Amino acid sequence: MSETIAAISTAVGEAGIGIVRMSGRESLDIAKRIFVRTNHNEIDEKDNKRLLYGHIMDGDTIVDEVLVAFMNEPYTYTRENMVEIYCHGGIIPVKKTLELLLRKGARLADPGEFTKRAFLNGRLDLSQAEAVIDIIKSKTEKSYDVSLNQLEGSLSREVEEIRRVLLGMIAHIEVSIDFPEDDIEEVTYDELIRDGKQVRERIEKLLATSGRGKILRDGLNTVILGKPNVGKSSLLNAVLRENRAIVTDVPGTTRDIIEEYVNIDGIPLRIMDTAGIRQTEDLVEKIGVDRAKETLEKADLIIAIFDISRSLSEEDHHIIDLIKEKKTIVLLNKTDLPREYDEALFREYFDANQIISTSMVKGVGIDELENAIRAMFYGGDIQLDSEMIITNIRHKNQLEKAMENIGSVLGDLSQQIPLDCLEVDLRSCWENLGEITGESITEDILDKIFSEFCIGK
Amino acid sequence: MIETKTYLGGKYDVVVVGAGHAGVEAALAASRMGLQTLILTISLDGIVALSCNPNIGGTGKGHLVREIDALGGEMALNIDKSFIQSRMLNLSKGPAVHSLRVQADKKMYHTEMKKMIEDEPNLTLRQGEAIDILFEDEAIKGVVTRTGAVYETKAVVIATGTYLGGRVYIGEVNYQSGPDGMFPSLLLSDSLKEKGFQLRRMKTGTPARVHRDSIDYSVMEIQPGDDEVIPFSFLNMGKKFDFEQVPCYLTYTTEATHEIIRQNLDRSPMFSGYIEGVGPRYCPSIEDKVVRFGDRDKHQVFIEPEGLSTKEMYVQGVSSSLPEEVQIDMYKKIIGLENVQFMRTAYAIEYDSINPTMLKRTLEHKSISNLFFAGQINGSSGYEEAAAQGLIAGINAAQNVKGRGPFVLDRSEAYIGVLIDDLVTKGTDEPYRMMTSRAEYRLTLRQDNADLRLTKKGHDLGLVTQERYEKTIEKEKLIDCELKRLKKVIINPNAENNRILEGIGSTPIKNATSLYDLIRRPEISYDDTAVFDPDRYTLLKEIRLQVETQIKYEGYIKKQMQQIEQFKKLENKKLSVEFDYSRVRGLSNEALQKLSAIKPDSVGQASRISGVSPADINVLLIYLEQRRRNGEMDE
Repeated sequence: MSETIAAISTAVGEAGIGIVRMSGRESLDIAKRIFVRTNHNEIDEKDNKRLLYGHIMDGDTIVDEVLVAFMNEPYTYTRENMVEIYCHGGIIPVKKTLELLLRKGARLADPGEFTKRAFLNGRLDLSQAEAVIDIIKSKTEKSYDVSLNQLEGSLSREVEEIRRVLLGMIAHIEVSIDFPEDDIEEVTYDELIRDGKQVRERIEKLLATSGRGKILRDGLNTVILGKPNVGKSSLLNAVLRENRAIVTDVPGTTRDIIEEYVNIDGIPLRIMDTAGIRQTEDLVEKIGVDRAKETLEKADLIIAIFDISRSLSEEDHHIIDLIKEKKTIVLLNKTDLPREYDEALFREYFDANQIISTSMVKGVGIDELENAIRAMFYGGDIQLDSEMIITNIRHKNQLEKAMENIGSVLGDLSQQIPLDCLEVDLRSCWENLGEITGESITEDILDKIFSEFCIGK
Repeated sequence: MIETKTYLGGKYDVVVVGAGHAGVEAALAASRMGLQTLILTISLDGIVALSCNPNIGGTGKGHLVREIDALGGEMALNIDKSFIQSRMLNLSKGPAVHSLRVQADKKMYHTEMKKMIEDEPNLTLRQGEAIDILFEDEAIKGVVTRTGAVYETKAVVIATGTYLGGRVYIGEVNYQSGPDGMFPSLLLSDSLKEKGFQLRRMKTGTPARVHRDSIDYSVMEIQPGDDEVIPFSFLNMGKKFDFEQVPCYLTYTTEATHEIIRQNLDRSPMFSGYIEGVGPRYCPSIEDKVVRFGDRDKHQVFIEPEGLSTKEMYVQGVSSSLPEEVQIDMYKKIIGLENVQFMRTAYAIEYDSINPTMLKRTLEHKSISNLFFAGQINGSSGYEEAAAQGLIAGINAAQNVKGRGPFVLDRSEAYIGVLIDDLVTKGTDEPYRMMTSRAEYRLTLRQDNADLRLTKKGHDLGLVTQERYEKTIEKEKLIDCELKRLKKVIINPNAENNRILEGIGSTPIKNATSLYDLIRRPEISYDDTAVFDPDRYTLLKEIRLQVETQIKYEGYIKKQMQQIEQFKKLENKKLSVEFDYSRVRGLSNEALQKLSAIKPDSVGQASRISGVSPADINVLLIYLEQRRRNGEMDE
């Protein structure tokens, strides 16, 4: 019996429809749990490979209006039972649909796993084997990069913290089990319940915030760039106010880059305000500047602001150098003041539609900026990274599993179930979180035991 | 080369080098499977010497002993003849981690095992020091002894323990030696190195033995055995053990002890850097404990008898490589040991081991066929770990000679499987000790069901006696019948029944309920339900416990069985030792290197090698499928 896998199989955000795909023995049953046909008919054999019309439901709530194809094995791409769900385009419908499938029993597919199954089940011919390997390799590398990318910052720190608490619990249980005669304080149920509740609360918090996009970084990396006092903060405030955005700072970041999340017409932006970029000899300032440059490298979109009321400095020219090859929108700010230079200066490096004249204090040009962003997004100039979204779903899914496991640990604890039994779910919880940070090594437990407890006779 | 005149000492199917816990199990298994077997030992007085602690069993280790027994090994039967105190540990912590641990009479343990070997039909016991292993074209030819005998053989099991290249350290004093004053095996170490084996140093240590009459027990806590003795061997279940058990004693070190250690640390070879070998973290010397846990004002010390016919007492917890006079001073600062009289000095011992990743999971060398290794030479520690490996090495030596397939236990079948898989897949940086936390399928690998898991396999091998086999089949049947019966015994929610339920600390039932479902309740035991069950016939305690465990933990066990099913899928995809990984396009460099070095025997084992990622495993699976289809086309 192989597990049922699910994934989003279209690039996210740009197309008119988004397809969520599922493969495996149970895929038909899992889909039936969330799909309701408009005519309320049962889905049976004769519906094989037909397009059925209806809704994806999360309980009583309609998630999306969809077409669904149920396909019976063996005449499918993977030669397993398969279901394809055609959702509306955009991120939200496909993401929610996939999350539902995962909650109802599917597992998120590994990179290239559909193709791998197709090959292993004899669907693809031998000449395609090399191609299959390439797909697996490239997708894996990409998702690995993305995963690492997303992991700096608060999520990984918090997950690591929770894992540390769990590791403490596991190590204490294990040491009580494996070294019963050593001079070690036996772990008590009260302690375990206390720590377990702490873990549950912290995972709960992570999950609650994940909905608001706080920790799950599914936004276009958007960098606001400009020397001090050109109006960066005003821009940020203007954009934030207009879009009633979730204003969050990321707790614990030591970087002097402020991150904000806004949503313009369904286009999620993760805005980073840099400390400014300037050639400098000052070491402390240089660190900040280096970080800003690093941030630029990862940016999907750069909004560069220049003060049109003052002549261009060496620093401004440096900024132009840094951004001229990138996806950029140039704002010429402070048009309410007398102009010191003409925008023609910028035409040399940027297209006309990339350049917008603004006055932050007067609120002029904000709409144009948003229109420009929309145009670039729907025109395909800038794209949301599908891998990034998948990674977020993966993280959330792991958090949900961790939540379930710690829940059953707490249930067992209240019933005084023996240590060896409840340790099973405790370890699973620890591993779920490890999947997020990419670490799940048993050796950790032994190291913890040997470093913290004086054992051995 | 050593210039010695040689003569033909005899011809055997299997020669075992070393008669410790590993060697003896290997030799008994091979001979019981019908092969002419020779076991060589440096001293006939050193057979299954318990050179360190006088215990058999404990957490994880007790599981191994039960498994050895279930497969037809000797360790459990032998300790059942020679134990002087018995305890079941961890009774409060769940059935999977109950662990039997007993005190052995060391002399009796040795004597009983020696008798067994002497009486074994196909087995020859011979004192002699093996100095060379002969092989040609990577095939085993024979074993040469110091006194010139050449024993021709088809297979060899090397189980040299701490004898190989042994060196004892006591403060500034160090000398070549085997354990406990035995001769070391030095020439074999040299000849193995000459043949290109890379040997590395491991270290272990043991505390002093002191005179029983020099101890003040009045200030110590007595540690008696359990009232009810449960034997190790499944063959002895239900048997009465009526003798008076010998107690152990618990006492503590003091700040004064620690002070002496701190002042003399520079005289410890561990800290001055003379010892290159790596010692085990779970069995630290007292120096180690004092240095690493400086904030503790006392450490536990157990005083344990070495046997009934001696006044030597083992001082568990105070192993040391400090100079003798420092040891004596330091021991005298332990509560109750103020007038202690030393009989044997504590020492550290360093010895040679191989890197176990050069072995298959049968413990056979990957390129030299019919050469097996078992026990401490593989980087393990402990009598039980050694015996378990010896048994598997002996079985596979016999299987090879008989032209039969390999016998491998996987991680879901036995602790033995976990032990060997860990050693040969991951290698080890310190002497490896079995712990229950190393077994991912712990709930199913219980010490109480080792016979149900393994005895049929032992029977298929021809190692398990008919008596043992039938006993297991009978047990299986009784458990099965009782489980089925309990589902059919239904009690009604009447006042009388609910009053009884409340009486045993449970809650009333609302609907008719089977006894099976009642036993699921954490607060109700199998025995508690007897009042509702007039037709119940009395089953043996081990069967009652088995029934109760299977009912109570059904949910957890089922979960684990599903994990095992997943695990088995990759275990069943076999890889051959000849597999050429360089032909698999798309493997990462690190994976290529590791896979080529370790040569795993299944995709499952490959996935446990550090540095081999899930993507590498996928690539490998695709390649295997590719090759399978190519193979089909060739035919």
